[in-house]
Amino acid sequence: MQPVLYGYLPILVFMVIAGAIALAMVGGSLLAARQKPYPEKVSAYECGFEPFDDARRRFDVRFYLVAILFIIFDLEVAFLFPWAVSLKDIGWFGFLSMIGFLAVLTVGFVYEWCKGALEWE
Amino acid sequence: MQSFFYDTYIGLLILTFAEALALLVPLLIGVAYLTYAERKVLAAIQLRKGPNVVGPFGLLQPFADALKMIMKETIIPAGANRLLFLMAPMLTFSLAMIAWAVIPVNAGWAIADINVGILYLFAISSLGVYGIIIAGWASNSKYAFLGALRSAAQMVSYEVSMGFVLVSVLLCVGSLNLTDIVLAQHRVWFCLPLFPMFIVFFVSALAETNRSPFDLPEGESEIVAGFFVEYSAMAFALFFLGEYANMILMSGMTTILFLGGWLGPFGILPQLGPLWFILKVCFCLFVFLWVRATFPRYRYDQLMRLGWKVFLPLSLLWLTLTAAALMVFGWLPNA
Repeated sequence: MQPVLYGYLPILVFMVIAGAIALAMVGGSLLAARQKPYPEKVSAYECGFEPFDDARRRFDVRFYLVAILFIIFDLEVAFLFPWAVSLKDIGWFGFLSMIGFLAVLTVGFVYEWCKGALEWE
Repeated sequence: MQSFFYDTYIGLLILTFAEALALLVPLLIGVAYLTYAERKVLAAIQLRKGPNVVGPFGLLQPFADALKMIMKETIIPAGANRLLFLMAPMLTFSLAMIAWAVIPVNAGWAIADINVGILYLFAISSLGVYGIIIAGWASNSKYAFLGALRSAAQMVSYEVSMGFVLVSVLLCVGSLNLTDIVLAQHRVWFCLPLFPMFIVFFVSALAETNRSPFDLPEGESEIVAGFFVEYSAMAFALFFLGEYANMILMSGMTTILFLGGWLGPFGILPQLGPLWFILKVCFCLFVFLWVRATFPRYRYDQLMRLGWKVFLPLSLLWLTLTAAALMVFGWLPNA
């Protein structure tokens, strides 16, 4: 194993322990408790109504818009991370380049705002 | 003996396991008692007594709750995807646990002192959305589906401004390592120079953990319990534990990024490192509970407006100003 990877070993150990605890808890409950399902019990909760049609139906397009906006801005944040750490080395040129990049994204953001993509009523 | 633990693979593995358990066991007990503390604090604010029957002052209440949860039946609704349905709470819980691998409790006490610690935390907290979406989709219930969509949209909205806040802290530190971030605050905690970002971060943390006043995903009075309406027994408990562990994690991140981690105020009593850390985390948690007792729930359009139209431009502007100020005055840290 390379020395740099030693630092990541605890993360692997944490994943194993967390997964084991989660499995043990759900599994233990499945073993310890009496399971007795019947059709009324396992029908989906619908506030006293009989469940009708499939729950996985079409939904508001605005959730999709939010997801797309999120991808754009989250990528922007991902670009900013290395920039923020190395700003001293890249100096004014690096700073102004990132300002240019942010300005372009801001124009897009303003356009979206004016188009009403951020409106929820 | 020491060479066995530090020089052999198996020794290193055993040591890491012991370290991880030494962090996770107190964390789980802390999560259990956070549920108790929440009920006690809410009760005190509302002039009630809170749980006081099980054990002295009701101190055994969390364990009574856990026992009850274990003995309940795990109901898997008809039409649900059984595998995904059971996987979602496990995923949520595991993610809340594994994020703790990089949290430094004291100087050199981070179990995984990796040099991209903050990036790791950002990635893990982004993955949290999956547990919720999977739960909502696998349940095959309209309430759960709607709650999951709302919750996912809310979490990703606030994640963006949270990212900008993290970047502005990084600008002042010049490192992604969490220990370096704490040590950079030995003169002044970042909550003072970056005060607006501190507020944005804390409010985003409330929204990220689906706490009130942003608890729309579970909004009891409209969509019953949101994405985990179909869950029962231990699967439900895992969501619950995951949410509370995330609250502690967010408090820990606030402490590390803005409140100086294990550093005492004005550098007093540096030997009490972990205690200072725990004290600050407890203070943040108390504010979480206090907020819950004080504010009414947001409406969904208000929530989205706050995230996209207030926090996002504000944090972006403040980030640019921070970078410009650091450049102009030559205050940039040595990378």
